[in-house]
Amino acid sequence: MPFFKVGDLVKLIVDKNKCLSCGGCVSVCPKQALELKKYPEWDKDKCISCEVCVKFCPVGALKLKRD
Amino acid sequence: MFIEPEYDVIVVGAGPSGTSTAITAARLGLNVLVLEKQQQVGMFKRCAEGFAWGLIESLELKLPRKCWTQEIDGSYIYAPNMKEFLIDMGKTSGYVLERRVFDKWLAEEAVKAGARLIADVNVYDVIKDKGFIKGVKANFLGEDYEVKSKVVVAADGVESLVGRKAGFPLINNPVLMDSGFQYEMAGIELKDPHKLEFYLGTKVAPRGYLWVFPKGENKANVGIGIIGNSPETAKKYLDDFITKHDRFSRGSVLEVNAGAIPVGGLMKNMVMNGLILVGDAAHQVYPIHGGGIGEAITAGNMAGKVIWHCIEKGDWSEERLGDYNKLWWDKRGNALAKSEKVRETIEKMSDEQLNMLAASITKDDLMKIVDGNVAILTKTLLKFGAKNLQKKIFG
Ligand SMILES: Cc1cc2nc3c(=O)[nH]c(=O)nc-3n(C[C@H](O)[C@H](O)[C@H](O)COP(=O)(O)OP(=O)(O)OC[C@H]3O[C@@H](n4cnc5c(N)ncnc54)[C@H](O)[C@@H]3O)c2cc1C
Repeated sequence: MPFFKVGDLVKLIVDKNKCLSCGGCVSVCPKQALELKKYPEWDKDKCISCEVCVKFCPVGALKLKRD
Repeated sequence: MFIEPEYDVIVVGAGPSGTSTAITAARLGLNVLVLEKQQQVGMFKRCAEGFAWGLIESLELKLPRKCWTQEIDGSYIYAPNMKEFLIDMGKTSGYVLERRVFDKWLAEEAVKAGARLIADVNVYDVIKDKGFIKGVKANFLGEDYEVKSKVVVAADGVESLVGRKAGFPLINNPVLMDSGFQYEMAGIELKDPHKLEFYLGTKVAPRGYLWVFPKGENKANVGIGIIGNSPETAKKYLDDFITKHDRFSRGSVLEVNAGAIPVGGLMKNMVMNGLILVGDAAHQVYPIHGGGIGEAITAGNMAGKVIWHCIEKGDWSEERLGDYNKLWWDKRGNALAKSEKVRETIEKMSDEQLNMLAASITKDDLMKIVDGNVAILTKTLLKFGAKNLQKKIFG
């Protein structure tokens, strides 16, 4: 068990004005941390903050916020 | 109301792979249910709509006039230095479809063949039992359903929820996926409304290409596919191109489309006990140009036949359904794998090398390369390499 989960430190922000619900992010996520509902839904427990989805998004609708 | 508790086959997704599977399986007498998430079949256009007539032949159907917008008789290919390379086929060799109409037509053909199809049904999980996939869990207008089947077909596209829930290994490599973005534009000027336009170059479209697929005299799908880990977005590259070209920059946008294109990651195994993957869900896309409609239809037809055979024999285990792997790899997989090798070679080329290739390649050689002939590509490149060296030495 890791001491903390990556998902506790980051947050995936989906810009719904930009998102075209194409499912691209879902299909490249290596951890199944995204599921396409109307917009992609993010599972913080599965995310490893690799940002593959962020780079892949054809319109740049995803941001991983770190705090 | 519409959904019965059990079918022979449940097809998830009413894209071309799903409806082709359904057409074939239903014609052979199986009881088939097709479930589509979108409110309207064909609504989810992730496509530039390029198609060749012959690709429908495996289904023994004729493409109705209403399904396509424009006849295509050749292509203009542009090297990074914008040098033009014309491939004139001299006669109609392809079509630009209207996917909404095409997908709906295939869906109706599935229904005619005896399948049942219901739109606006979201499949959210599979039913697993004793190592077999035994059906799906779905929501139809707010009501949950568990529907059982002998075989489930994952025809749910590149993000295949069914494949992932069943536990198929994921491609987690963005290098094997193109990030695609497109505007359907009107009020633009085309080189020739019957020719496709392709633009190559690391600055225009890293690894992939930018396309213009005419849908009328002044109308086209203008889009781009680039490597999945590019630091800039596909939209940025496309917007840059459009802004630079007056032919497009004054145009109107009728539609905005996006999507992932699985240009790599072919799967040796596409079946499990009671489950079969078809189309984009199985990454069945031509790795050089990203065309997947024809592949989806061919594979769907094969899947339908294999499923029927298995059900006839009373055994739809992974081993028996595995006939589909053999059939597909034999008829399509090996050709696609070769084409992937060509793509891997091309993507290593610099703009300068691409310019040289465009400057002296013959139409015949180009066609062979697109067909997956790595040897011709290597030979051509070596020839350039040698010429280049001579130039360097002798000036
Ligand atoms: C930008 C772009 C341009 C392209 N251009 C071309 C081209 O010019 N020519 C060409 O041949 N190919 C092209 N392709 C590829 C082509 O579009 C696909 O290969 C083809 O659509 C694959 O068909 P399919 O049936 O496997 O999947 P899809 O057409 O994606 O259909 C999958 C269906 O499943 C449904 N679905 C998904 N999840 C669920 C669920 N949970 N429950 C119920 N239903 C679900 C979806 O709504 C969808 O209707 C392009 C792709 C992109 C992204």
